[in-house]
Amino acid sequence: MTDVSGPLPASGTDPSSEDEGAKHHFWRLIAVWVVLSAICDPLFYFLAGPHIPPGTMTSSAGGAQFDFNVLLIIALPVILAIWVYLAYAVFQWRASRGGPEPVAGPFARGHLSVQIAWIGITTVIVLGLFIFGTVQLVVPAGAGGGEGPNPIWTPASHDVLAIQVIGQQWEWTFRYPTFGGFETHTLIIPADTTIAFHVTSLDVIHSFWAYQLGVKADANPGQDNVAYTTTTNQLGTFTVRCSELCGLWHGAMFTTGRIENVSDFVAWAKSSEATLAAATKLLPRFAWTYIPDANGAAGGFYPDNVDKYSNVETYGSQKVVP
Amino acid sequence: MVAAGLSVFTAMSFIRSSPPTVDFISGHQPGRPVDLTLQTVGTIGFGVHPSWVSYLTKAPDGNWVHTTLWDLPAHTRINVTILQYDTGSPLRNQYLGGVTGTIGGTMTLNGKTTSLIDSNSGNGVGHTFTIPSLGINVPLYGNPSTAKNLCASAPCTTNSTHNIVKFSFMTPGPGQYPWQCFFPCGLGYLYGTGGPMQTIGYMDGFLEVA
Repeated sequence: MTDVSGPLPASGTDPSSEDEGAKHHFWRLIAVWVVLSAICDPLFYFLAGPHIPPGTMTSSAGGAQFDFNVLLIIALPVILAIWVYLAYAVFQWRASRGGPEPVAGPFARGHLSVQIAWIGITTVIVLGLFIFGTVQLVVPAGAGGGEGPNPIWTPASHDVLAIQVIGQQWEWTFRYPTFGGFETHTLIIPADTTIAFHVTSLDVIHSFWAYQLGVKADANPGQDNVAYTTTTNQLGTFTVRCSELCGLWHGAMFTTGRIENVSDFVAWAKSSEATLAAATKLLPRFAWTYIPDANGAAGGFYPDNVDKYSNVETYGSQKVVP
Repeated sequence: MVAAGLSVFTAMSFIRSSPPTVDFISGHQPGRPVDLTLQTVGTIGFGVHPSWVSYLTKAPDGNWVHTTLWDLPAHTRINVTILQYDTGSPLRNQYLGGVTGTIGGTMTLNGKTTSLIDSNSGNGVGHTFTIPSLGINVPLYGNPSTAKNLCASAPCTTNSTHNIVKFSFMTPGPGQYPWQCFFPCGLGYLYGTGGPMQTIGYMDGFLEVA
């Protein structure tokens, strides 16, 4: 660490006037930085903040957006400090034509106060972010991440819509156990509802990533990976991708989903249950995981874990029936 | 240096090698449908992977080509005929026994219209023809494994036991659309997902729509 708070003096400069000059520069820099930060932080939060991904379609997405905004609000003054200092140094301490040659060596000395302040401030920022991140992970009940088959954080509401997310090379399908267990390519979910995504795979490891929902959970064969989120009243479409490199068409393993109001969702679900009844009969009995048959390289998958996952997942009068 | 250069050149040539693309655009008259004829065979019987399962494509000149890459005109009806020479068993995901995305939501299997195949019964399903991004899925009914005249190597002729699957779909606007088989038919690989299931020219390909 070097003291760079003033111009490098030519030999023979009075030390007291050097210190006065350094203080002058320091407070000028602080003033510019504080003013810019006070202007830019609120501007960013109120103008750009609401548009920061992943949006506010769900509680976990909204939480992620809030976290990003907090991080950016903390980072913005740090960036401004660097830019202000850089600009100040370029204009204030630039070499003048005919002036003394800048020198280093004995004049570049350590500065204990600056070192203590630097270490102290960065420590406070990093520890603060650690505590903030931990709280944000715990408080929104897992923050939309996969929690495995026995979630630590469960939603307060017992009215939870269970949806099974099935990954296979290279496609996502979705089963609705509260509506007869029909399966579909498109993920339709209701607004203002807590949803439990039960994510599994029929072959290799995939990762269910509904970016705009703020949900991401690994899809492992033989595992029921549960991720919770609660939709807001915001309707619209979202994209489901695979975020685990899973083979040739990994990049093409995506589909779309839609948030509808509750009455439209229930109508769609009941209609799909009826129209897909013939196809649903061919599916294996609904289970939280499936295993291949003895043939290995071919053949169907069969129910593995049919035990009721949780007695808290009921959706209205519809029960989860494995 | 020369040896290293040759090695790199050889490796890059291998990596960049690709099956040929069958052109269905040249000579196509706007407004007219395109006939696309394919066959599936349990063992290709030639090339670097003679034991692999594969699709083959009938080129406009009538020759069978070992490829899964096609140039197709946009916004055009494609009449597909698949000669399915392979045997079958239950699908991994029986949901894919349903026909989706075709014109009318159906296919014909040996002349009989259907929209759903129960892969748990009969001869099961041998393969699927699926274009996920277009929502198209067609299951290909399997042949009995006890049949005496199963095709052993490609290109198969209609003298061998086979099923004829026909359906039509509309190509979308210009773009590149991956298609694949959803039956885990990579025998000898973990869960059947390796080998031909991961290799363009066998059970995966592209529609180059222009």
